Amino acid sequence: MPKIVVDGISYEVDAGNNLLEALLNLKRDLPYFCWHPSMGSIGACRQCAVIQYRDEDDDTGRIVMACMTPVSEGTIFSTDTDSAKEFRRDVIENMMINHPHDCPVCEEGGECHLQDMTVMTGHRNRTYSGPKNTFRNQYLGPFIDHEMNRCITCYRCVRYYSDYAGGVDLAAFASRNNTYFGRHQDGILESEFAGNLVEVCPTGVFTDKTLSEHYTRKWDLQSAPSICVGCGAGCNTSASERYGQLRRIHNRFNDQVNGYFLCDRGRFGAGFVNNEDRIPQAGIRDSEGKYDRVSAEEALSHVADQLANSSGKVVGIGSPRASLESNYLLKQIVGEGNFYSGVSSKEQELTNCIIDIMRDGSVKTPSLAEVEEADAVLVLGQDLTNTAPRLALAVRQSVRNRSKELAVQAQIPLWQDAAVRELAQDELSPLVLLTSYADRLEDVASLSCHASATDIARIGFAVANRLNDRFTAVDGLSETDQKTVEEVVEILKAADRPLIVSGTGSQSKSVIEAAANIAWALQADNEQTAIMLCVPECNSLGVGLLERENSNTLTDLLDSTDTISTAIVLENDLFRRASTQQITAFAAKLEQLVVIDSLDNATVSLSDVVLPAATFAETEGTLVNNEGRAQRSFAVFEGAGDIQGSWQWLTNLGKALSREGFAALERIDSVTAECERSNDLLSGITKVAPTADYRVEGMKIARMTHRASGRTAMRANINVHEPKQPVDQESALAYTMEGISGPRAPLSAYVWSPGWNSNQAVHKFQTETGGPLSHVNPGIRLIEPAGNGSPQERYREVPQPRAAGAGSLALIPRYHIFGSDEMSARSKAIAELAPSSYLAIAPETAQRLSVVSKDGVEFTIGNRTLQLEVVVDSSVDDGCALFPAGLADTLDLMHQAQVSLQKAAGWTPRTTTQDKLIAKE
Amino acid sequence: METPLTNNIGPDKPFPDLAVYEQNGGYQTVRDTIGKRSPTDVQEAVSESRLRGRGGAGVSTGMKWGFVPMDNASPGHKYLVANADEMEPGAFKDRVLMEFDPHQLIEGMILSAYAIQADIGYIFIRSDYYLATARLKAAIAESRDKGYLGERILGTDYSFELHVHVSAGRYICGEETALLNSLEGKRANPRTKPPFPPISGLWGRPTIVNNVETLCCVPHIVQNGADWFRSLGRAEDAGTKLFGASGRVKNPGCWELPMGTPIREILEGSAGGMQDGYGLRGFLPGGGSTGFLTDEHLDLPMDYDAIMQVKSRLGTGTMIILDDRTCPIGMVENLVNFFARESCGFCTPCRDGLPWIEEILHKLETGQAEPEDMNILAQQAGFIDWWGSDSSSNGNTHCPLAPGAIEPLESARKYFADDFERHIRDKKCSYR
Ligand SMILES: Cc1cc2nc3c(=O)[nH]c(=O)nc-3n(C[C@H](O)[C@H](O)[C@H](O)COP(=O)(O)O)c2cc1C
Ligand code: SF4
Ligand code: SF4
Ligand code: SF4
Ligand code: FES
Repeated sequence: MPKIVVDGISYEVDAGNNLLEALLNLKRDLPYFCWHPSMGSIGACRQCAVIQYRDEDDDTGRIVMACMTPVSEGTIFSTDTDSAKEFRRDVIENMMINHPHDCPVCEEGGECHLQDMTVMTGHRNRTYSGPKNTFRNQYLGPFIDHEMNRCITCYRCVRYYSDYAGGVDLAAFASRNNTYFGRHQDGILESEFAGNLVEVCPTGVFTDKTLSEHYTRKWDLQSAPSICVGCGAGCNTSASERYGQLRRIHNRFNDQVNGYFLCDRGRFGAGFVNNEDRIPQAGIRDSEGKYDRVSAEEALSHVADQLANSSGKVVGIGSPRASLESNYLLKQIVGEGNFYSGVSSKEQELTNCIIDIMRDGSVKTPSLAEVEEADAVLVLGQDLTNTAPRLALAVRQSVRNRSKELAVQAQIPLWQDAAVRELAQDELSPLVLLTSYADRLEDVASLSCHASATDIARIGFAVANRLNDRFTAVDGLSETDQKTVEEVVEILKAADRPLIVSGTGSQSKSVIEAAANIAWALQADNEQTAIMLCVPECNSLGVGLLERENSNTLTDLLDSTDTISTAIVLENDLFRRASTQQITAFAAKLEQLVVIDSLDNATVSLSDVVLPAATFAETEGTLVNNEGRAQRSFAVFEGAGDIQGSWQWLTNLGKALSREGFAALERIDSVTAECERSNDLLSGITKVAPTADYRVEGMKIARMTHRASGRTAMRANINVHEPKQPVDQESALAYTMEGISGPRAPLSAYVWSPGWNSNQAVHKFQTETGGPLSHVNPGIRLIEPAGNGSPQERYREVPQPRAAGAGSLALIPRYHIFGSDEMSARSKAIAELAPSSYLAIAPETAQRLSVVSKDGVEFTIGNRTLQLEVVVDSSVDDGCALFPAGLADTLDLMHQAQVSLQKAAGWTPRTTTQDKLIAKE
Repeated sequence: METPLTNNIGPDKPFPDLAVYEQNGGYQTVRDTIGKRSPTDVQEAVSESRLRGRGGAGVSTGMKWGFVPMDNASPGHKYLVANADEMEPGAFKDRVLMEFDPHQLIEGMILSAYAIQADIGYIFIRSDYYLATARLKAAIAESRDKGYLGERILGTDYSFELHVHVSAGRYICGEETALLNSLEGKRANPRTKPPFPPISGLWGRPTIVNNVETLCCVPHIVQNGADWFRSLGRAEDAGTKLFGASGRVKNPGCWELPMGTPIREILEGSAGGMQDGYGLRGFLPGGGSTGFLTDEHLDLPMDYDAIMQVKSRLGTGTMIILDDRTCPIGMVENLVNFFARESCGFCTPCRDGLPWIEEILHKLETGQAEPEDMNILAQQAGFIDWWGSDSSSNGNTHCPLAPGAIEPLESARKYFADDFERHIRDKKCSYR
């Protein structure tokens, strides 16, 4: 550790850092703009200037940029000599020449890095008296507002958007003080990670349009730590509320998971919380089929009566989008044998297979941070960008490891971002994509092939065999596939830290097995091998673990011949799990269908009793992500009306039924503890976050900021008496501004430190810039491999190639980041970008059917005849048809292997299509 | 007096196409060197010649070449780039060399590329130089046909391809690393230094960027030896150089003279002195980004260090003369206007600092300036820092454009302080 001297004080700092990082790590303040912990330094803004002295006798020194200066033994700096301070003040003053000074109407105000740095440098009075530049703003889509006049030209946006996230439609245009950051023309930003611009831009150029619709200053937001429910990646978010509405989602730093960035589904997909289809009150259907609003107590006693007097079986249907606690309680209520996991047997089988792989052998499942370290990545049958977006962003970083190696050889510090990129140019670590259709990562892939799930699995099995012949061989591979196999083998063998990625996306167990075989085969020679398997939903893996011993699935229930009188459905739209025909038939047989859910949906419409459930924003619970990491999410605000957490409905139902033990399950902590006790696989979930009795210096942790203004005025139009704030008995958080916040408060979702009002304050919460948070648990990994070598015996069944289609087409789901996920699709901004349903077919197929794009095709599934619009797409294989996963009118296709199509008669083409996100022709 | 660089150039000399160029002894050095002398040999000759870069900074060419990894230290492409962007206000010397003797540059590039074992070369040329572009392209074709360029030059193992790339026309593209970005098709922002181009340059490969005139010196050094080249200089620096003068002199132009020629000889001799009715107020010795000198400096030799000592720069060696009937502030405003416009927009002091300076100079010129404006000028100049910059990108600014841009201003504030005062006091420009 080199010793450096700063302002006469001697410090030991980490070798390899630049001075800016070193100072921030020492928790000293130094203003900066263009440096970013994930993106390194470029030296554009000149804000971090300090004086460096040649030696002890040098008393003038020279200006250097802290972010561009390596710390080395004996270097002497000053941050507080007048010349340094004056320079930094000048930087702000010059940036302000063209800045509109519109803080009062700027949505960055109050969390603006430019405001913070202005104050920090001490620039107060403007002396510039000339005219200012003005720019034209652009329409950038439903997520982001653009106000270019506020730009200080720090280049962070383009560095993030293009260099980091791989976007191609945002650039720096023109030059001098006329540099423009935007698109070549107005239009929706293409990157699925564009939303991070809101946090990356240190000014109010890029702001959150969804927040803007009901704008609130950061200091007036009430926030809690939350976990994104958009996919299985489990990104950490800070969710914020005011006036009973969820206002926005911000990134919540977790060095092991999402780091500094979210995907746009996560950031802009929480609007469903405010959806007008929210169920506010309990309802019981009367004899005419209408819902009568009833109180929670009435509803509960009604359900309790029903259950007590039910003639047949009472079953519970769980859900991978509900917390461990809620699933656990439902299981307790209906009894082990009557609990069904809420997913199809197919999906359960895939999840189980994934858990097997994660537990057996010696191959580790990496965190997202570790994914970024991989030096070769093979993706099998998973569209990462559209199913686990943040993972795609991590994989995109992994390809840069090659450039880091080159930089180390050339002795260029890795934080010298531009220099490293210029040195390495297009040299990338290998990324192989074997997917069913064109993938957004292809621009950085060294090899990509599109094939059916069967063929992907066959190639995968063959790769494992070529790596280690104890794994099953594959007969009859085509010459091209054989070549692919050889290339992949070469790439994986050459890697130090190979990573295999797959998941449930292709709905094929063989694909997952093939991925496991490859990982196990590699592991024999390389202990650094890792495997990452994606599950579809925010708690798929958690429910998988909870239900590991229980083989009951929704499919089993639907197929069951038992007389079932009552079903309690927990946060689950069954129509997304099985065919319309099956669900309708099942519901028709029931005496009572009780649904606990937050938003109206097709299942809710069939219910006899509906209990209004909290969304993630109004309750607490534990979720397990792709990696097997258990994380806790907390209520941001209390649900309106009778809304309560599903777990609370279930606890109360248990009590109404006078079930033994339920009285002791009043508090979430005890439910979590019971849940943990019930299942060894969940051991650790109580340690994920502090319990409700946790205090810091005797205080609870504040959800509101210490600057929350006007709490007393909020309801003054109704009554000048301020109502008592709700008391939170479920967590160590309080619904007030009183209490502790900041770095020492582990559950604080409000990133703030004196002088640092913007999200940049996060470095005050970290042990070192970009490093772990000092007082926060990053979650607990529930699954580690057993470490018993490579189980090469396990998967020996190579799928046989699909027989050439006899007139029917194989159905392949195409996932859409905006649209395929149930809940986020019900957020207004996301819905705007969701595709309309379609069926994408190859030109050859289209020719046979005599259809062109925008024509309709018709097919039958069960007893339903469906029509869809055709998209002719040359990247689709003849014999396949791609449909958008998860849209209301394509749900039934998910349970169907193939279809026979014919041209739809009397089809009227839709007038508008959002073709950007659908397959291009 | 020897004038090796312009031997083939003159009103009554035939245009040196390949035949003429060869008749005059051209390409003999290539024949004598490629495959016959070692690359190190050529590098040594250039090092010993004490040739300093003619692009403005005066870096020792031999030293710069010495940073290029040789032999198998860095397998893969290496590049040589001729910087022919020449957009420095007042400079037109490279244009003369390229328009009137294109083969000399090509021969210089073949030899220089051989010395560093580069296999690909580019001439990055200012877009307005269409005549030079056409002539270079024609000359390259001739040279390639004759086997001086391309695969296996003259049957040896050495290959060198040479391309002409026409710049999009920005001053910053002349800064060697912005030039490389531009050549790669990227934004012409200067790069972070270190690493310097000889280590990581074009497409991340070892690259030498030299000025056109620098490269034109090379054949003569290799042919006649380092001692000969050093002996050409009249003072400390070696060789000859194309000097120029523009402004109200009797005979503006461009002349090849020994390094170290006293300024007075150029101004009063070659340029014929001031036009009748005009007196000398000052001059920028090396182009628009160098500081004013005045008549007290006329006896200084045009040498890099000698001019540096009086806080100006030899730069491109092309002087701009300020006469006594032209407003120095107007002249500085005009220059700052150019530099502010040409700022690449990367770093704050230059991007936002120069336009503010321009704004104040404009106020001075239009009689609207207040005394406090002089403080702002001083503050802004200190912000950009005239002398603080070095070859790394880690000073007040990311590259030397902005420090160069304020050299005329800073020297004008020193030498023409009374003009500033008068503009403020009289609320007008007295030269109009
Ligand atoms: C703003 C700026 C513009 C420049 N323009 C030119 C130019 O047009 N031609 C040139 O040869 N060098 C120019 N230079 C200098 C080059 O960066 C570089 O030092 C030079 O090409 C190196 O060649 P030399 O060593 O042969 O002088 C410029 C430098 C700066 C900072
Ligand atoms: S738009 Fe924002 S991030 Fe981009 S350069 Fe301007 S201030 Fe920086
Ligand atoms: S990657 Fe998944 S968990 Fe992360 S923000 Fe996006 S949708 Fe949410
Ligand atoms: S000084 Fe800065 S803004 Fe100006 S040209 Fe150089 S890098 Fe660009
Ligand atoms: S943060 Fe160091 S120059 Fe911008």
